[in-house]
Parts: sequence; C-alpha cells; structure tokens
Amino acid sequence: MSNSPKATAKSADRDDAFAKFSTKGGDRDYGFATRAIHAGAIPDPVTGARATPIHQTTSFVFDSAEHAASLFNLQTFGNVYSRISNPTVAVFEERVASLENARAALACASGMAAQMTALLAILKAGDHIVAASTLYGGTVGQLGVGFSRLGIETTFVDPSDPDNFARALRPTTRAVYGETIGNPLVNVLDIAAVAEVAHAHGVPLVIDNTVASPYLCNPCDWGADIVVHSATKYLGGHGTTMGGVVVEGGKFPWDNGKFPEMVEPSRAYHGVKFYETFGDFGYTMKARMEVNRTFGAVLSPMSAWQLLQGTETLHLRMREHCRNALAVAKFLQQHPKVRWVNYPGLPDSPYFELAKKQFRAVDGQPGASGILTFGIEGGAAAGERFIDACEFLSHLANIGDAKTLVIHPASTTHRQLNDEELAKAGVSADMVRLSVGIEDVDDILWDIDQALARATRGAP
Amino acid sequence: MSRTPDTISTLRDVLHRCRTIAVVGLSPQWHRPSFFAAKYMQSHGYRVVPVNPLVAAEGGRILGERCFASITEAVQAVAAQGGRIDMVDCFRKSADIPPLAEEAIAGGARCLWLQLGVENEAAAERAEDAGLQVIQNRCVKIEHARLFGGLGWAGVNTRVISAKRPQQLPY
Repeated sequence: MSNSPKATAKSADRDDAFAKFSTKGGDRDYGFATRAIHAGAIPDPVTGARATPIHQTTSFVFDSAEHAASLFNLQTFGNVYSRISNPTVAVFEERVASLENARAALACASGMAAQMTALLAILKAGDHIVAASTLYGGTVGQLGVGFSRLGIETTFVDPSDPDNFARALRPTTRAVYGETIGNPLVNVLDIAAVAEVAHAHGVPLVIDNTVASPYLCNPCDWGADIVVHSATKYLGGHGTTMGGVVVEGGKFPWDNGKFPEMVEPSRAYHGVKFYETFGDFGYTMKARMEVNRTFGAVLSPMSAWQLLQGTETLHLRMREHCRNALAVAKFLQQHPKVRWVNYPGLPDSPYFELAKKQFRAVDGQPGASGILTFGIEGGAAAGERFIDACEFLSHLANIGDAKTLVIHPASTTHRQLNDEELAKAGVSADMVRLSVGIEDVDDILWDIDQALARATRGAP
Repeated sequence: MSRTPDTISTLRDVLHRCRTIAVVGLSPQWHRPSFFAAKYMQSHGYRVVPVNPLVAAEGGRILGERCFASITEAVQAVAAQGGRIDMVDCFRKSADIPPLAEEAIAGGARCLWLQLGVENEAAAERAEDAGLQVIQNRCVKIEHARLFGGLGWAGVNTRVISAKRPQQLPY
C-alpha cells in the first residue's frame, strides 16, 4: 500500500504541492463579504476553473473495488453519489457554514426539507420538541401534524418569555426550536436566553435563521447549536430556486447521554460512531448519511449553483433590504390610512432592544431584515383592495426576494381560519405583510402610497 | 491551554515537516477510526509506524507495516533504518498520555498529536517545554483533508480561502 505507484507519485509531488499553498493568508480571519464570495470555492484542481463548476452528475467513478469499499465505509473521503454529496452542492454547504461562523452544513431540497432533516437526524418516535408558537405556518404544520404522525410530539409555546420553553420541557424533550425573526409576526427571539434553557436540559437549540440571514445574525454566536435556512429566500435572493440548508455549530456535547445514536454504532450506516469519528461535525455527517441519503430530499447541483450566485451578493442585498424596510416602516407609521406598523427596526417596537443586541447594524441602526406588517384602515376588505391596487409590488406567497412582495394573510395563507383562530395566530384581518425588496425606495413608497389611497377611498 | 498556535499555518507546518508518524493505539480492525485515519495518511505519502503492544506481541503487521510494542521501540527501529519518528499520534485515553509524551520527547519527535476527544494539558505543557508542537483534540486525517482539499465534499467549514489551483487532487 505505502509503496503502491499511486502513493509514491503523491509523495514525490508533495513538496511542490505544499509549497503552492501560501501559508501567509492561511491564518487571516476573512470578513463576511470575502467569505460570501470565496468560502468553499477554491479553483478547480483539474481545470483551474475559477467559477464553481456545475457538477451535473449523479455518480462518481471508483478507482478500484477497494476504493469503492472504503468510500462506502466513510474511511476514504470522496464523492460516491449525488444523493450523498456533490462537489457543487458542497461549495454551497461550505459557503453557508462559513457565513454562519459554524463548523459544517448540509444542503437540502428546500427549507422544509432542511428542518425535517435537522430534526430527524436526532429525533425518533417518543421524543418531544418544544417550539415557538409563532413559527412559519409550514413549520407548524410539519411539526404539529407531520411529525406527530411519526410519533414525535411538539409543544408550542409563546416565545416572548424564554421561561415558557423551560416550563414545557419533558424528560423526552430532545430539541428546542425557534426562529430568529418570526413570520408573519416579525417577533424577535432572545436566542441566548432560550439556548440557556435548552442547554440546562441537555438538548440542542435549533434556530430557523431564514428571515435574518447569516449577514444580520449568526445564531450559533448566541448559543444555538443547529441553524436551518430556507435558502429560497435571502440566501438566493432571486426568487428562482428552492433550497435549504442545515448548519452545525460544532459545540454541542452529543455524548451527554441523551443522544445514544450519536455515540453508538450506527445501525443505518455501517456501524459508524458519528461523534467519535467526526467530532464537531458528527451531527452533520449523521444527517447526511442517515437522513439525506435515506430520505432523499437533496439539493440539485444546478440549484446549488444558482443559490451560490445569490449568496455572493447577500451582504449587499441585506443592507438594502434593511434600509428600504426601515424607510417603509417609518413612512407607514405616519400614514393616515395605516393603523399600526410592526417592524423590529422601529425604535418603538417591543423587539427593538433585542434586534439591537442580536443583529448587525446597518447605517448605525439594527439591521432588522426586510419583512414588516401593517394594519390598513378598512380591515380585511381594504387589505384585499390594497394588494390589487399595487402596480409593481408582487402579490405572492414568498419572502426574501430582491422584488418587493406583498400579501394579505387573512385572505390567502390564513383564509381557512375564523376570527378567533386568526387572533391566536397573531394574524388580524387588517394585516398586510410586506417583504421589502431592493428597488428604489422612492418607487416602493410611491406604490404603497397610491395603493393605500385607492384601497381606502371612502374607508373611515 | 497548550501554547502551539491553533492556526492553519501551524497545522500546515506540522503536516509538512512530519513525514513519519508513529500511531499509538492503531487498531488492526478496518472499521476503527485509528485504522482508517492511518490508512488515509499512508495513502497521502506519509509513513505510518504502528504502535500496538498486543499486535506487536504476535509479531503482527497493520497496514503492511511492522507493529511495535512502544514508541521507544518504534523510534529505535526507524533510527536503525536511518529514519526518525516525526510525529507521535495518540489514539489513547487522555489519562494515558503523560508517559507517551515522555517517550515522544525522548524519541526526538517534532510533534505530539492527540486525536479527537484526547486532551491532557500537563502532558502538552511538558512536551511543549521540550520543544515539541502539540495538537490536541483533533484528527490528523480530518485536519489534513481540511487543509488540502480532501474534506471539500463534506460541507465542512475548512476556513481555506485561496485563488491558487491545488497542485494535487484531493481524493
């Protein structure tokens, strides 16, 4: 083995190979923008291609039967099949791991797939989750209905008081789940306080950081252990591509006795002991091998490439989203046809102090992302008329696009709920949600203003 | 805390200078991390010298290499061939490290490397005082792969930012 021709050749080339790696830049802590453009993407070793190649292939050849065996056994590093790993997808994974100041990441087909993968990697029937009640509706459905069918129960609690999470813990609780910024309530979670609750119970805190994006907040820096994103939103930013990602902070002690499947030989993968073998990215390897590989909700190479294009400008876009959203929020606050405005970047928001503490500043103000809600004079009917009256604000159900998006939850996403249920979900009949884009802010304000005028004509 | 800087340049320096690695606690079982970490290093041009008293007692070999009962025996045998042990890589419990560190020092190793989950501050300090570089709680295979491209497939944050084309294939 050690004197095989291949090994000898590698040995002879090694001095050159090492010399080519400059050590001068190796220790620099690069800034966010540099990492948004470079992390994970060194030039292709074969062609020298500087842009990330799209490795549109399902499979990768083995050098020999022995090479195949050791790849399958996770003893040799490398690609086997794109349901397990793919070089283009891996660049996106490393990019997000870097931007989250985290250890490793695993890409998935969508944000929903990412949170499913994140949780199935550590949960089984009989386990319990404590989650914020203000989660995105799709997540409430996945946990409350989808996971409950699998025998995993979730208790939803008001996240405004971290003690509510503590009160709902059970001996079987294995994860605490929340969102940096809720949607559509735009509430901000005290991540450090909830992390303390989770850690005192020996379980990880899982945070959906979709709305803040890694530019405004890195939940792992505040104690979160696992971060999930719908990359469909701000990471991509173009509204063209579905994708999700699971991120591992790398600090959770998986050998604390509550996660035997992290330390014992894996029944699902060749007896590998994930925590012992891979240490601080053992959770990611387990999610990759036991969930993505077996359940199959993986990101395609083409989608990964498109998401990478978006991620390169994340820092530029997020600043504009924050500036425009704050301008829109202030404009709406003074508008006579607007009853109320909810945006954590407004100084009178109950979440302003938390936003200031946890979020990166933009122009000296807490960067509170691009989502805000407001109440329109005239209630539900006026809300529907407002949407119809917009000229270029797009009426659709996504968020985090470069385009400004608008929706009236009571008549669309939440239309099956009665008034009482709407109130419980925090959705009032007069609520309009904006995902403020990066168009010229004067044009956004103009469209909102003219649509408000047309929607509320004759309204009290 | 040990004083060897926990930096990419330090790790690159260690992996560049240390070409012969005594792997203490190297298991002959294919599914153990010590076995496939050593196999990876071997296939990337490093000489692996197994230290495993049980296998040595039977005159056995691991990964095609003769096994030794102790670091000291390995150092003597490699010296007799005109070589030296550059790194002592330990797959042992943290509490077992001090005597191994002493042997590494006496044997003239440049680096004492303690694998994932293995840390011993007293032994690390002793080895550093003797001029060795000490890496703790890291896997030599993972770090090599992290810094030279082999971990690129796994979504790990390697922290490597570079516009230079790697001069060797990562896998």
